[in-house]
Parts: sequence; structure tokens; C-alpha cells
Amino acid sequence: MPTDLTTTIPAPSPTTTHVLPSPFTYSQPAPVLLTQGAEALVYKTHFLDPSTPAILKFRPSKAYRHPTLDARLTKQRVLAEARVLVKLGGVGAEGDGLCEVNVPGVLGLEWDVGRKVKGAEGAVRVRRTQGQEQGPSQRRGQSVEERVKEEEGGQKGAWILMEFVEGRSVKESLRGVDAYVKRRGEATSQEETARMNEEVKSLMRRIGRAVGAMHSRGGVVHGDLTSSNVMVRPRAGKGLNGHAEQRHEEESSSISCPDLKGEIVLIDFGLATQSIQDEDRAVDLYVLERAFGSTHPRQEDWFDAEVLQHQDGYRGSFKGANVVLKRLEEVRMRGRKRSMIG
Amino acid sequence: MEFSLASVAKSDLRESAAKGFDVPLLVAVEGIMIEEFHLSHLPPELAVYVACYTDVKNAPYLRQQLLAGNQTFNYAFIDASTILSRRHLLTACFRACNDYIHDRLKSNNVQSEVVFCLSSNNNIGDAFRRFGISDESKDIIVVKVGDSAGGDGSQTYNKGSIESHLNEAVEGTGIDFSDSWLKGVCNLDKVRKNYKIAKPQPVKGAKTVNGDSDEALNRRSEVEVQVLGLMALRGAT
Ligand SMILES: Nc1ncnc2c1ncn2[C@@H]1O[C@H](COP(=O)(O)OP(=O)(O)OP(=O)(O)O)[C@@H](O)[C@H]1O
Ligand SMILES: [Mg+2]
Repeated sequence: MPTDLTTTIPAPSPTTTHVLPSPFTYSQPAPVLLTQGAEALVYKTHFLDPSTPAILKFRPSKAYRHPTLDARLTKQRVLAEARVLVKLGGVGAEGDGLCEVNVPGVLGLEWDVGRKVKGAEGAVRVRRTQGQEQGPSQRRGQSVEERVKEEEGGQKGAWILMEFVEGRSVKESLRGVDAYVKRRGEATSQEETARMNEEVKSLMRRIGRAVGAMHSRGGVVHGDLTSSNVMVRPRAGKGLNGHAEQRHEEESSSISCPDLKGEIVLIDFGLATQSIQDEDRAVDLYVLERAFGSTHPRQEDWFDAEVLQHQDGYRGSFKGANVVLKRLEEVRMRGRKRSMIG
Repeated sequence: MEFSLASVAKSDLRESAAKGFDVPLLVAVEGIMIEEFHLSHLPPELAVYVACYTDVKNAPYLRQQLLAGNQTFNYAFIDASTILSRRHLLTACFRACNDYIHDRLKSNNVQSEVVFCLSSNNNIGDAFRRFGISDESKDIIVVKVGDSAGGDGSQTYNKGSIESHLNEAVEGTGIDFSDSWLKGVCNLDKVRKNYKIAKPQPVKGAKTVNGDSDEALNRRSEVEVQVLGLMALRGAT
């Protein structure tokens, strides 16, 4: 089975129900909540037909903000994220010898659930013209009136429907390696340890390379680089038509080490900006360095050599990388000073 | 609960022809295959019907009906050379339907909105020029969005009536709405031009097998992902 994110992420308490935006109030099967961040609700759902998995990232409007201001802010966030995803999707050409950038493609977009363009005159609203509804449309015991009300009063906000990335986050993968090593303990042979370390290092270099490609070819700064916003997708899982091959569940067998092969896919561009400034790029790397260090203490010492300095990592990924890495040293100094004062 | 992309392609006409009716059929025996979709997340009573034709001989006539506003031609007529895949077209249908049920069509009706939703810019006329049929169109896709209970507000119909109407109206050979057919008729350069997607540089040492390298396949799905994104962003300001 393709890795099911719902099994690795603590399920939200069933008592907290979130109202989905229209039209997802209709979805069969219903979208499954994966994570609830400060700004966004992330659901696993599907696109066009139930066999094509997709991610729905919904930013509900915030009741405490002025409605007009809220609509504008929510819209700006969602559009910024969608634009960056589409832009990066256009530079990822594989096989052109350059570093590739992989991001989930945008399948659908709504920047203001409540917006109206035209009155109802011309368009006959199918939902209302239905007299008696039967069968699958009458689900969850809702009456037509209730459904219409739900849509009208329904949850406002903005959403992106995007490609579902198979695989798992770098955070999960590295945690998996740690768990494996711990479990095996003394039983691990030297060769095996060496091989595993090499795999982890190779993964780290590929992360550096992907970030470099995003910076240089994409002209984008991520803004929230952490190991949970970088995913490893098994090769078979690429593309809208691809489906990940059956994989063993490492956790359950606890025997094999997580497979770190696969391509790097960057996600969560909610804080991304389009910038080619060395300073912005250096801060992006600094954020990753700090986040990585605190999340993966066992691999922290490799970060500089593999992710940043390696020819197959950030340094080798584009011409201007040297300048950015130089700048990073300044950013680190500032960071240290700040933490000394604060 | 499982319901698949309701692929209820029927060939009633073919069947009746095969059974050997004595009465000569006025419509072409090469009956068309209409496919009916109920796209995920949309109200189940909303149906999308898709029919495809190749070797179309009367595109100017069909276009004329649309220009004249012939109400019995309440369809989207699309030039198949601009469509990459089933998903490409159905994604436009999804947005058109979603905008329809939320009362925010930008064009005259949900049929024209399907053509408009294929576009990455906000100019309706431009969308028709790029994706709609022209007098030269040979491969076409006909889409009708409506209520499967039989009505789009101005007329009632069912799959059978759409089928016989189209069989009468379109001089051409019905063909399945399939990715393999689209792959053959779609003009990738035209698609790139329609969405302003730069053509990738030729790759040194790329191997080509039967004119269809792995590279080319990758490119195709890459173009598709970009196209869907650009369609989704249409109208965003
Ligand atoms: N396209 C995708 N494919 C697979 N899983 C995804 C995808 N997008 C998000 N996820 C999963 O959902 C989680 C949360 O998504 P994301 O990081 O985009 O939201 P967020 O952190 O709440 O957003 P933000 O920081 O913009 O408020 C991810 O860590 C990942 O596990
Ligand atoms: Mg995140």
C-alpha cells in the first residue's frame, strides 16, 4: 500500500469537526484531515475521480479579522503559494542535465469561497432545481435545504487542491533511520553502518541540491524550510499518473531500514517569496540549518559538509551558491549575537 | 464507498445496428460513444457528457450554429488538437461546474465556460479562438454539462437524445475519448503556445526509441502539470 499519511500523523480528535468549504461538503469519500496548522487545514482527498489522490489545503477565514481585510489576506496567502508552485513546476524539466525542482502541481484553486461574479439569473443552480433527491446525493442525512444553507453560510476561506506526493517527509525518514539503528543496536555490522550513513549523506546532499535549484532556477525562497516540508518520493510515485509501488511498512516489520532513495519534493510554500537576494537565500539556509539541527541531532554534524558544502549539495548546485554560503556565515553570526542578547 | 469515474460509455446504436434492424438507420451506424462523468466533489446530479469525433467534414457548419446562437447547439465544441489528455479537459470541466454551482460564470453559460476554463487568461474571445473549433478542425470534442436528471434550464435531454442529435449534426466518425487518441491528435507545440510554456532545450544524448523517448513522455506529463496550474490561476489577481 502507498504510505498512508494518516497512520503516521496523530489523528485529530474526533470531537473537533471542521466545516469544509463548498464544494467539498459533497465529497465522497469525505476528505481526511491530516494536519491542522496555525493557518491551514490539510486534507487528503482526491481529484476528478476517487482513484487519483490529492491534497486539499484550506485556509479558513478568521472570524476575529475584519471580513474584507481577512478575505484579502487569505487570498494573498493562497495565491502566493499557488503561484510559486506553478512557477516551480515549470522549471523542473527532468533530463536537461540541470538540478531539478520537484513540487506538487496545482490542480484546482479557490481564492475566495464566497466570491460571486454574476447573479443567478443566467445560471440555473442545479442544486436548487432538484426537487426530491435520492441516492448518493442524500448523504449524511442532510436535507436539500440544509445543504444549501451550509453552502451559503458555509465555511469561507480559500483553498488549493494539489497533487498528492507519495512517500514521506525527510523528518519521518530520518526518524525511521534513528529508530532502526537504536533497535538493532550492537547487531549492526560496520559495513551496514557505513552503508546507512552513506545513504543518509546522499539524501542530505540531494536536499541541498534541491534547495539550490529552487533558489537559482526557480527564483524562489521557501521561507519555512524544515525536514517536514521536504519529502522523499519513491521514483515510481512520480507524476499524476504514477502510483507508488507497493512498499513494505518499515515500522511494522522493524527489520529493514527506511529507503532513502527517491526524489526530493519540496512542499508547503505558504511563506514563500519570489526573491533572488543572497540575503534571503542565506536566511532560507539558516532556517533549515537550525530546524534540522534541533530535529535531527544525530545527523546535525553532517549538515554543513553534506547539505551545504558538498559539490553534490547546495554549493555545487548553481554559480552563485558560493556567495550565498559566504553570506550564511554573517547570518549565523547575527543569529548567535541575537541569542546571546535575548 | 466506491464510485468510479462513471464511465458509462454506451453503444446502443452500434448494438442495434449489429442486431440487424431491417429499418435503415438514418444516422451513421458508426454511432458515437458518449461518456458520462460525475466528477468528484461536484453534486452527483451534475453530469458531464463527452463525445469525440475524428475526420470531421463539417466544422464550418458547426461553428456557424454556435455563432448564430442556435439554442439546440448548447454544447462546448473543442478542437481536440489543443487537448493533452482526459485529465486536461476534465479539469476544465471541473472548474466550469464549480463556478456554475457557485453562481460565478464569466461567460454566457456553463458550456461556454468549459472552453473558457481551458484558458490561462481572462479573455473569453481569445479562449474560443484558441480552444474552440475552427473551420479547419478535423478532430473535435463535444462537451455538455447538465443535470443528469435531464435539463440544463433551457431544454431537456438525456444521453440518448444528445447522442442522436450529435450524430445528426456532426459529419464525422465517432471515437472514444481516450488518452491514446488525444496523444495522437494533440499538437504539443500548440499547447505550449496557448499557455506560453517555453519549449525545453534539446537534450544532448537523449535516446529516442520509436520517436517517443522516455524524455518525451516525461515532458508531456510535465507540460500537463504546468497547464493545469496555469488554468487554475486564471482570473487570480
Ligand atoms: N502535496 C502533498 N502531498 C503529500 N502530503 C502533503 C502534501 N502537502 C502537505 N502534505 C502533508 O501535510 C502536512 C502539512 O502540509 P503543509 O506543510 O503544507 O501545511 P502547514 O505547515 O500547515 O502550512 P503553513 O505552514 O503554510 O500554514 C505536510 O507536512 C505533509 O505531511
Ligand atoms: Mg508544514
